[in-house]
Amino acid sequence: MNLNGVLAIYKFEMSRTRRTLMQSILSPVLSTSLYFIVFGTAIGSRMGNIDGVSYGAFIIPGLLMLSLLSESISNASFGIFFPKFSGTIYEVLSAPVSPFEIVAGYVGAAATKSLIIGALILATARVFVDYQIDHPVWMLGFLILTALTFSMFGFIIGIWADDFQKLQVIPLMVITPLTFLGGAFYSINMLPEPWQTLTLFNPVVYLISGFRWAFYGISDVNVAVSLGMTFLFLLLCLTAVWWIFRTGYRIRH
Amino acid sequence: MQSIISIQGVGKSYSSGFTALKSIDLEIKRGEIFALLGPNGAGKTTLISIICGIVNATSGKVIADGFDIARDYRQARSQIGLVPQELTTDSFETVWHTVAFSRGLFGKPANPEYLEKILRQLSLWEKRNAKMLELSGGMKRRVMIAKALSHEPSILFLDEPTAGVDVELRRDMWEIVRELRENGVTIILTTHYIEEAEEMADRIGVINRGELMLVEQKTELMQKLGQKQLNLYLQSPLESLPAELAQYNLTPSEDGTQLTYTFDAHQDTTGIAQLMRSLSQLGIDLKDLQSKQSSLEEIFVSLVHGKDA
Repeated sequence: MNLNGVLAIYKFEMSRTRRTLMQSILSPVLSTSLYFIVFGTAIGSRMGNIDGVSYGAFIIPGLLMLSLLSESISNASFGIFFPKFSGTIYEVLSAPVSPFEIVAGYVGAAATKSLIIGALILATARVFVDYQIDHPVWMLGFLILTALTFSMFGFIIGIWADDFQKLQVIPLMVITPLTFLGGAFYSINMLPEPWQTLTLFNPVVYLISGFRWAFYGISDVNVAVSLGMTFLFLLLCLTAVWWIFRTGYRIRH
Repeated sequence: MQSIISIQGVGKSYSSGFTALKSIDLEIKRGEIFALLGPNGAGKTTLISIICGIVNATSGKVIADGFDIARDYRQARSQIGLVPQELTTDSFETVWHTVAFSRGLFGKPANPEYLEKILRQLSLWEKRNAKMLELSGGMKRRVMIAKALSHEPSILFLDEPTAGVDVELRRDMWEIVRELRENGVTIILTTHYIEEAEEMADRIGVINRGELMLVEQKTELMQKLGQKQLNLYLQSPLESLPAELAQYNLTPSEDGTQLTYTFDAHQDTTGIAQLMRSLSQLGIDLKDLQSKQSSLEEIFVSLVHGKDA
């Protein structure tokens, strides 16, 4: 195991985050704060409770998930796309690091950054809304698992993308709609049929539902199913990464 | 001498049908400077990219310092440093950080003293806190060398090290390479500058269209293929070449003041002594004479064209 190699990639990525502090940490915190002001405080105060939870508090897990998904994906995808684009990837490819170690470095750093953002958003939310966390260990577990899974998904996008447009297209055209329609702002029980059944095909529903359960003990779907779906997605990403390195897809010709 | 790199039947073709390398067999000796010489697109970069692990070979295998580059990639790659042709750097990183990153990436624990030594050796110490984007092209090239040396490799690949580099820096680069060799590093450089191969290499391999056409000691190559020329500057011009001199391979200049005698330096008898006697008998006096060895460039052109024909 080349631990120094993993650490070198991890530290390199984290120093990139430090260099772009405004853009990488403050901007997601600011945009989430705006959601809290508009939906949580302004509109939320005029809305009734959902499953016994105030609307402002109800949307916290969904908003956190929204940031977590988009930040994990964009950070990890950019992290690997840029060396590919600039050519500096030659060094990683010629180094004595295994595919697992490369992924651990890039994905580990992207997930760390997402977790920092998650913690900052939780702290910011406290300013606007009062909330509780019923199952803090589960909450942390879901947070880490989601950050890792979607950072890995971002890594795959970064490998796949051969231009800047492709880098943006999945987060913008797929992840954001899925999150908005995945119950970030409502309980899926509030949807009429057939939307209620159709929405179960949206994987983000399971992430948000499980996460909300960790906060308030309420969920749209069984928490075990949520956990299972998250693991399933992690497994899919792992398989894709394994295939990428086995075939050299878009990185080693 | 023992081989440090053994390339056995290495080929590379792409799905488009393009064959970048036909079956290449090559042994690199420990401690030598080997120049891979060839025109653009000959397959030089593809070959070193395969050895360094950036490109997968379609066939064949490579052993680097006793380790198979595919099976024992960790051990093999730890021994190898690569300075790529393109100046691809992380613009916002400092010189120090980018070199320290390379060392870590190759699995070595931090060693600031060693990094300082390399940076001083490459005249980069004063620039250690400068960001890469603030450096000139030549300085960036030095940083690329420092990165490649950061993990103390025993084999160093230099892909076109002096492409687009001014004369002064080129001389510096040659000096650096010689020092590295003195420290026991085996150096493989690719170049399409004949002058570079002639100046630096112990052995030369000529590659063209994915085929290794020959591998020779530089001196042997020049001796074997090199023809020598003797320029004779005459006291008074000749109107025509006397019949007695027809047996010699002589070319008179247009104004008749000069004769060029071409001979094979490798032969036991060059014919020079006989020619001198003949000139003396004919009363042709000489003002000056000069001999010239054909350059590697001429050898190279004749090789590449010979194959094309």
